[in-house]
Amino acid sequence: MSSLPDETGHFGSYGGRFVPEALMAALDELEQAYADARADPSFGAELAELHRSYTGRPSPLTDATRLSRHTGGARILLKREDLNHTGSHKINNVLGQALLTRRMGKPRVIAETGAGQHGVATATAAALLGLECVVYMGEEDTVRQALNVARMRLLGADVVPVTIGSRTLKDAINEAMRDWVSTVDTTHYLLGTVAGPHPFPVMVRDFQAIVGQETRAQVMELTGGLPDAIAACVGGGSNAIGIFHEFIGDESVGLYGFEAAGDGVSTGRHAATLFAGSPGVLHGARSYLLQDADGQTAVTHSISAGLDYPGVGPEHAWLKDTGRAQYDGVTDAEAMEAFRLLCRTEGIIPAIESAHAVYGAVQLGRRLGPGTVIVVNLSGRGDKDVDTAARWFDVLDPPADTTAGAPGEQM
Amino acid sequence: MIAAAFERARSEHRSALIGYLPAGFPSATGCVRALRAMVEAGVDIVEVGLPYSDPLMDGPTIQAAVDQALSAGTGTREVLATVGEVAHSGVPVLVMTYWNPVERYGVERFANELAAAGGSGVITPDLTPEEAGPWLAACAEARLDPVLLVAPSSTDARLVKITARCRGFVYAASTMGVTGARTAVSTVAPGLVARVRKVSELPVAVGLGVSSGAQAAGVASYADGVIVGSAFVQVLLDAPDEDSGIRAVSTLAADLAEGVRRRSP
Repeated sequence: MSSLPDETGHFGSYGGRFVPEALMAALDELEQAYADARADPSFGAELAELHRSYTGRPSPLTDATRLSRHTGGARILLKREDLNHTGSHKINNVLGQALLTRRMGKPRVIAETGAGQHGVATATAAALLGLECVVYMGEEDTVRQALNVARMRLLGADVVPVTIGSRTLKDAINEAMRDWVSTVDTTHYLLGTVAGPHPFPVMVRDFQAIVGQETRAQVMELTGGLPDAIAACVGGGSNAIGIFHEFIGDESVGLYGFEAAGDGVSTGRHAATLFAGSPGVLHGARSYLLQDADGQTAVTHSISAGLDYPGVGPEHAWLKDTGRAQYDGVTDAEAMEAFRLLCRTEGIIPAIESAHAVYGAVQLGRRLGPGTVIVVNLSGRGDKDVDTAARWFDVLDPPADTTAGAPGEQM
Repeated sequence: MIAAAFERARSEHRSALIGYLPAGFPSATGCVRALRAMVEAGVDIVEVGLPYSDPLMDGPTIQAAVDQALSAGTGTREVLATVGEVAHSGVPVLVMTYWNPVERYGVERFANELAAAGGSGVITPDLTPEEAGPWLAACAEARLDPVLLVAPSSTDARLVKITARCRGFVYAASTMGVTGARTAVSTVAPGLVARVRKVSELPVAVGLGVSSGAQAAGVASYADGVIVGSAFVQVLLDAPDEDSGIRAVSTLAADLAEGVRRRSP
């Protein structure tokens, strides 16, 4: 199983490369540079040192004892990717690809971002390594994730709002691809998830696999055995693959991905690609996607910008078809219920993306029963979502007399 | 039929002119009228674009046209109907489409229904030769010409691989970039065409950026075909109404047709 993808980047019938010919040379170059880097101990050593002294790895495993009271006896452990520098798992992949960009001698990186977590991580690594950085972000997302836009700009990145299509993550990826095809000699497309053409799905998975590797050691040390289940949210799928990959060969460990069911899958306003989609080609690879009868990409909805994506990484499609992983939907309302529960029981404000996994894990615990151990990949922190959550729960005080407020003061 | 169109142009010591519009743009009937106007004004081969939600090879001009066509409900069936109506004009008609709509419709079904509608070939800008196996088989079965793209960054080995899978002609993307009119047509295109000629007997058509008769003449000096898309879309977008847009298409097509006959150095 670990030999996938094959040489041409296929996980069964999924993956591959469906891209303009103009990008094929760059993908070949990237594949070669990545293979060379993997074989070079100094690359791994530099990345490991950045993980340790810059990101703050290993990220802790938190025994969520108060949250676990809501699971009917199952024990929930939280893999704390939210505590990484920049606030999510995204930095794991970004540092790897940024070092690779430097190895390839390219001075510029571009990235897409939905919630802004990947954009912030990319802007951070670009600042650290002295790379020029442009981040494409759907206009709708720049509004709901305004704090992350400011972060990226403070870090020196140029944030370009994408005003075409559905103005979300999918359109940001289109625009990044258009930039890349015109600038490929000087630019690396620092893709943030396990989707896209080969070698992105395997490379991003490898850079994220550290999450699962640490988790295995930490769970063994804490409990003396393997966990019964792993739970993660799935948008493009990078945090989920990151924690799943290490356990794919351990048949006793259930792998559970939770997608954004938005207003409910039956309403059509959702982003549950694996749960409700069908095989097709989007953004350079064959995988599941949400599409209409003519193969036009569907418009998605989720309260979480990071999960609001009609595609998913091809390895997840393969894990679904083989039955090795199960995928289910979590609605906006359910995710927000879990968001509040985690805030109140553990003192952790999660990213709304990660709250989908928390909800799924609590339900899973009730099903699996007392004594079982479930690890949740808490992929990001919720600072960026405070505004959304405050509105959802209506916890903001009524506006004060704003005319008296200092410039820039928040209502 | 595509080969015959190139052969005829060659016998007239000129390049072939290939005109593109997305189906359903500026409207279902307007597209058919505009494509027929192109043919009357001297376009040798017609490309009907299949409007797609995620056109990542296209610049703002074609994106705008495609958005308009999709909003008006243009789907795969409408594209095939458009092909059927334009095929009556007597020139070869190809469909230009991103890959997913074909896969979704059914690879063999798409090829067979397009051939039945009178289509001659299909241009697939995001289908790599590595992934094209089932499609090439379906095209062979339906007697359609599959056209894949080569790019300035293609290695010689890839040019061999790609051109071996093309029928009708080879589509050379003249620049590293997305579609759209450019003030200066690429300087790397002549070199790319020359490299293709070393490995393939097929005609080579150059696209991306041509918008005037003078530019067409420049490309015609080294290529067998000149492909024009965004410039036709632009005159339709700029026109105050459909009729004047179609007149502008006709004027532009005539200018381009004169250009491919001029073959300036």
